[in-house]
Amino acid sequence: MLAYIIRRILYAIPILIGVNLITFMLFFMVNSPDDMARAQLGAKQVTPELIQSWKEERGYDKPLFVNTQAEGFAQVSDTLFVKESLKLFTFDFGFSDSNRDIGSDIKERMMPSFSIALPTFMIALITNISLALLLVLFRGSMLDTSMMIVAVMIMSVSGLFYIIAGQVLFSKIWHWVPISGYESGWDGVKFIILPVMIGVFAGIGSGVRWYRSIFLEQINQDYVRTARAKGLSELKVLFGHVLRNGMLPILTGVVVIIPSLFMGSLIMESFFGIPGLGSYTIDAINSQDFAIVKAMVFLGSVLYIIGLILTDISYTLFDPRVKLS
Amino acid sequence: MKLVMLWTDMLVWSLVIVLFVWSWVVSRNPQVKKTWHRIFKSNIAMASSVVLLFYLLFTLLDSIHLRLALPLEAQKSEVVAYEVEMVSLLDLIFEHNIQNTERTYSAPFATVEYASSIVVDEHGVTKQVYLPLKYVSTKDDLIQESLFALGVGFAVALLLVFLHILKREKSRFILACKEIIRGESDLPWRTAYGTFILLVVAFTWLYLLSYSYHVLGTDKVGGDVLYQSFKSIRTGVLIGILTTLIMLPVAVILGVSAGLFGGWVDDVIQYLYTTLSSIPGVLLIAAGVLSMQVMMDNNPTWFETTLERSDLRLLFLILILGITSWTGLCRVLRAETLKISQMEFVTAAKAFGVSKLTIIRRHIVPNLMHIILISVVLDFSGLVLAEAVLSYVGVGVDPTMHSWGNMINQARLEMAREPMVWWSLFSAFVFMFILVLAANLFSDRIQRVLDPRNKT
Repeated sequence: MLAYIIRRILYAIPILIGVNLITFMLFFMVNSPDDMARAQLGAKQVTPELIQSWKEERGYDKPLFVNTQAEGFAQVSDTLFVKESLKLFTFDFGFSDSNRDIGSDIKERMMPSFSIALPTFMIALITNISLALLLVLFRGSMLDTSMMIVAVMIMSVSGLFYIIAGQVLFSKIWHWVPISGYESGWDGVKFIILPVMIGVFAGIGSGVRWYRSIFLEQINQDYVRTARAKGLSELKVLFGHVLRNGMLPILTGVVVIIPSLFMGSLIMESFFGIPGLGSYTIDAINSQDFAIVKAMVFLGSVLYIIGLILTDISYTLFDPRVKLS
Repeated sequence: MKLVMLWTDMLVWSLVIVLFVWSWVVSRNPQVKKTWHRIFKSNIAMASSVVLLFYLLFTLLDSIHLRLALPLEAQKSEVVAYEVEMVSLLDLIFEHNIQNTERTYSAPFATVEYASSIVVDEHGVTKQVYLPLKYVSTKDDLIQESLFALGVGFAVALLLVFLHILKREKSRFILACKEIIRGESDLPWRTAYGTFILLVVAFTWLYLLSYSYHVLGTDKVGGDVLYQSFKSIRTGVLIGILTTLIMLPVAVILGVSAGLFGGWVDDVIQYLYTTLSSIPGVLLIAAGVLSMQVMMDNNPTWFETTLERSDLRLLFLILILGITSWTGLCRVLRAETLKISQMEFVTAAKAFGVSKLTIIRRHIVPNLMHIILISVVLDFSGLVLAEAVLSYVGVGVDPTMHSWGNMINQARLEMAREPMVWWSLFSAFVFMFILVLAANLFSDRIQRVLDPRNKT
């Protein structure tokens, strides 16, 4: 088991180097640091000296891959690629344009993001699966067809609509919850209720359809027919056989996103004024802070890859047929 | 008048040509023709495809750009001079709405401005009044005009329907009409014509009334919201279909070669898509758009007018979306190719010495068609919705371009107003909802017919 996990982690390294290379290309090769400086400082009163000092401040004044002025190993190590991109592997994210330590910012903002994303994820998972089971139980009935139509409709509405409508209804008109804000601890519950509920509702359409199709695929299998032939009640068939066998495809889709929950949701957080990583990213995009965006891209990929590894491990726990190899 | 082609216009029209060629090819293959016949043998499929065609029509109307000749007295020499700004056919249809710009917000069908303003009257007294709108008819005959518009719309729609029936069934016109009314026709034409009539009537109603009212209100700078909503159709549809057009060849070529050739080709392609797909989508798009912005800021010579600038930005956005979205389809196609290439008919073809290219063309790609088609239609609705979110995040289309995302984004800031300015939001959401719903329903139908897992 341990050897397997270690091997999986080693596999992840070339992928992360690839991610690194892509971000490096996007941020340093498509546009040279000079271009970035010009865009950041504004086109009007740019002087070569200003550009030079802007680059020096950020350490962007080095060559891309090979430093011909340095000697020995420094020829490779004293370059933009090593200094700016590879150092992300040590989780040293450097400083943002407003001169804040990105690493500590991220640590600070992880928890607010997580406190929204985790409840949304859990509640959505439970409601979606139970609704899907209900529909499968009554498959082919009026309830099933009408709920499927409702699901398509829920899917077809922009997520922004749910947020705006929710804020207007529950905060502006009925004054049930504050419109936005955040507090840590139990006092903060009133702030996270609305975003969590909206998040759950917005995903219900596609979620229920997906789980339903997984369960329906199982229900046509032979083992289900055998179980029914044994005289098991439909409920027992559903929970004992269909749900358990449906777990495997569900795991594939679900486990992989658990680590990414730390990244938070861009729109949700900025609409509700939650100081999480999502709103952090949006602010960085709006102020064109490349260092933060770069750090978030890397962090997001790391979390996603952790999710992939977790998926593989969870397979071995839930499905005895899967052997580690 | 001079025809101008923007980059995205060219792509749209080439897509139309491709679609025509494809449907011609399809119509020669009886088996594929039968499958399509089965897809359309459903009320929902017929209705939703009529809606989609309606949106496509507006996209095409908005994709023909003209530069009008300057009026005669402004002509200085023999050579005809043209205006700098381009207009599309849709702009010409809605010309009155572009010119009838009010001062600021006004509600749908309102005759006065939304917010009161302070004026000094002739006696020198200051008071708060609601200023009347400039371009709104003061006659109070909304109902009369509505009835007239509905009548015209109905008549036009009915005429078009009859012409279409006449074209399809020249010899047995009366009989065909009866069949359609009773719902006994082969394909559910009754639903299709019903949807069509509904859409045409709704459009004529909105359009005719837009001459005397601001049917959906006006925005902050007094622009007509109805016009903006119709202009946004092009942006949404373009992002939906052109992205797929760009991502499709990449996904198919890489997916098929990974599955068929195996070995190091497979390894490299797998590495490529795992790497790309491990970066969270929005962040990759954001990173791409940010560096594109810097590039465009530093190369102002690439475009002459603001329209060209926003068009270029749309093109880049579509490219970036295409680059980020091919991975999912590629993975599926690779797995499917792997499965097909081990089947007997492929082995037989190989044994006969058929070249690899012919195997791909004859045996593999036709068997992948259903996956490709399903993913194209499924992606479409996702992309239309994504446009709004991306505009909100600040990495969407150019802020000067009409799009539902920009409409929502601008209106969002007015949420705090009391009472709320709701009509911009409402229009954008409704226009988007209809398009996405139609696409989702249509893709459902395609999936049900084409997906082999659904055959029982």
